[in-house]
Amino acid sequence: MVHAPTLTPTTEKSGPEPARRSRWRHHRGEDLTKVLFVLPAALAMLALFGYPVLKNLMMSLQDYGLRTFFTGQAPWVGLRNYTAVVKDQLFSQAMVNTALFTIGSIAFQFAAGLALALFFRRRFPLGGLLRSLLLLPWLLPLIVSSATWRSILEQDSGILNRTLTGLGIIDDPVPWLNSPSVALIAVIGVNIWIGIPFNVTLLYAGLAEIPDELYEAGQLDGATGWRAFRYITWPNLRAVASVLLVLGVVYTIKVLDIILGLTGGGPANATQTLATQSYERSFIDFKFGEGAALSNILIAISLVFAVLYLRATRRAIDE
Amino acid sequence: MITQRIAAVVAGATALSLAIAGCGDSGTDASSSSGGSVSSLSILDYYNNDPDKALVQKGLDSCASKLGITIKRETVPGDTLIAKVLQQASSKTLPDVLMLDNPDVQQIAATGALAPLNDLGVNADGFAKGIVDATSYQGKLYGLAPVVNTIALFYNKTMLADAGVQPPKTWEELKAAAQKLTKPGRYGMAFNANATYEGSWQFLPAMWTNGGDETNLTSPDVAEALQLWVDLVKSGSASKSVINWTQGDVNDQFIAGKAAMMVNGPWQIPALNKAPNVKWDVVQFPVNKTGQTPTAPLGGEAWTVPLNKDQAKQQKAADFVKCLSSDENELAWAKARFTVPTRTALLDQYVKDVPSMKAFTEQVVNARARTGKLGEKWPEAAKVIYQAIALALTGKASAQDAFKQASGG
Repeated sequence: MVHAPTLTPTTEKSGPEPARRSRWRHHRGEDLTKVLFVLPAALAMLALFGYPVLKNLMMSLQDYGLRTFFTGQAPWVGLRNYTAVVKDQLFSQAMVNTALFTIGSIAFQFAAGLALALFFRRRFPLGGLLRSLLLLPWLLPLIVSSATWRSILEQDSGILNRTLTGLGIIDDPVPWLNSPSVALIAVIGVNIWIGIPFNVTLLYAGLAEIPDELYEAGQLDGATGWRAFRYITWPNLRAVASVLLVLGVVYTIKVLDIILGLTGGGPANATQTLATQSYERSFIDFKFGEGAALSNILIAISLVFAVLYLRATRRAIDE
Repeated sequence: MITQRIAAVVAGATALSLAIAGCGDSGTDASSSSGGSVSSLSILDYYNNDPDKALVQKGLDSCASKLGITIKRETVPGDTLIAKVLQQASSKTLPDVLMLDNPDVQQIAATGALAPLNDLGVNADGFAKGIVDATSYQGKLYGLAPVVNTIALFYNKTMLADAGVQPPKTWEELKAAAQKLTKPGRYGMAFNANATYEGSWQFLPAMWTNGGDETNLTSPDVAEALQLWVDLVKSGSASKSVINWTQGDVNDQFIAGKAAMMVNGPWQIPALNKAPNVKWDVVQFPVNKTGQTPTAPLGGEAWTVPLNKDQAKQQKAADFVKCLSSDENELAWAKARFTVPTRTALLDQYVKDVPSMKAFTEQVVNARARTGKLGEKWPEAAKVIYQAIALALTGKASAQDAFKQASGG
């Protein structure tokens, strides 16, 4: 394009004046149409994503409390909200709980989802019906699920403990939601139950994509059972699986309603996560600045996984 | 072309911000437009369920007709009221008359959102002191509570009679009775010790009766009160689930016959009366040592007047709040809703008319407001209290250490 400047004047001059203008007008019209097409989406993004994120960032740098709503004043405090939440005695515990909750939920959701997806891949009578029934936990409002589970897990009269003692599996009722050492496990368990349908659905779709010919060819080479899974299913499922895992992390790390419904972060803060802490600071203590700081930390962690997700999907498309 | 794109975005953003600003403006206009004679008042409260909703409506209607105005009432669920108030405050659309839970009054008054009622010809002469403390901030009155409630000890008459147990008057008797009343499938005692403000509220009768004070939570008196909760749970006289129960759950346990005694408030009476096979009565919360006075926290809602540029409207709203606390309306609401009138002169007549409220009325006379000493700092203390309870009941700390640990020491 180094020669362009010398060439363009001649070509432009050679063309008749009106034609050039109309072409230019045509171009401009096309550009305008493009912009108009993008505009609604851009506006929606700005209003629904840009504004809240910016506002949250601003809030985390302000002393934004109850008074702010009435006076409109939120003094600038720099990073003080961040130091306050990080120095809090519950912060490290909330971090560990968030990590345990996320890893525990994802690992078991994925394993159970994969097992069920493989199971439903074999065609058998009522398979379709059973598969759709499996979606039920997903269809229930979370507040209903957690209330129901709370009564199931009740220590004295909950149906789970009653069943286990009735079968002679345990002697004393398990304090599912009442003991700081068991509550996190119980909450993770409920979250696994809620997450299984999502995992089954995506993995089943992934399995359906794998052509049957591969298995037929594999069978000729002696790849059946476990070996078929190891050398045919898993490599073909990897793209779906990595997307699923990353999405799972982003969804799970911010879970709030299930924990609030089951334990409210207790007993003795045993199930506090970054999300419940952020909620508590904002809506119970009315320290919206500190709540925003915590949620920004959460967003930053999610962002790391979101970037991983984008890279995973890009690779999947490239493949 | 790039500049065009930027221009488009900027234009869009400007349009958007204009639209937002427009909304804000219209909001302000609406609240300050009407002047002169006042024909209607807007009201916000959290009595969103019947029977309370309808019973409160009756009192509001009678005051409205007395003042010759109409009312526009909005009710929201209790746990969303403060969020609603904050949203209305930032958009300058607060109602003319606002109901607030009494421990929230000082916090909201501190933001400068409420009109001092003394300046509008309203005073709290003849009201029980505890509730006046709760609705005053820096020496000025910001709200009036026509009726209040508190918590005391409910007991199942049949179960106590069968076990040959008298309603307990001291903590020793309480522990012994609870132990004796505990059977397979039934606990002697139920209370709510969950990690919320409700859990702190249920602990206050024990703490205050024993001389404990929210200004000094690490005192032995407070630890002794916590030890009572620990003893009841450790001995198996109360369920380990108390750390997850709400007051509603506690009442359900009592009605289902799974608890022989419970700490609860008179708002449960309508539900208890719907279960005719449960014969119950109420006594004041027991004392630790003889000579102590049972002291419980005051519950109930106050009616306040948010600041209004329209002077006439603000005055009318204050008159309305005054009318809600008239002798006539206090008695009507107290009788219909199982609450206690706040004008002390009405108490004798009230107990004569509603004998089932005797223990609560006695308890209210000596009851204290949660915000009486700490004011807007109360929520911080309440948080330490409920966290200490959780630490002690789950065995993560002894009753002596729990408060120190919960306050970050």
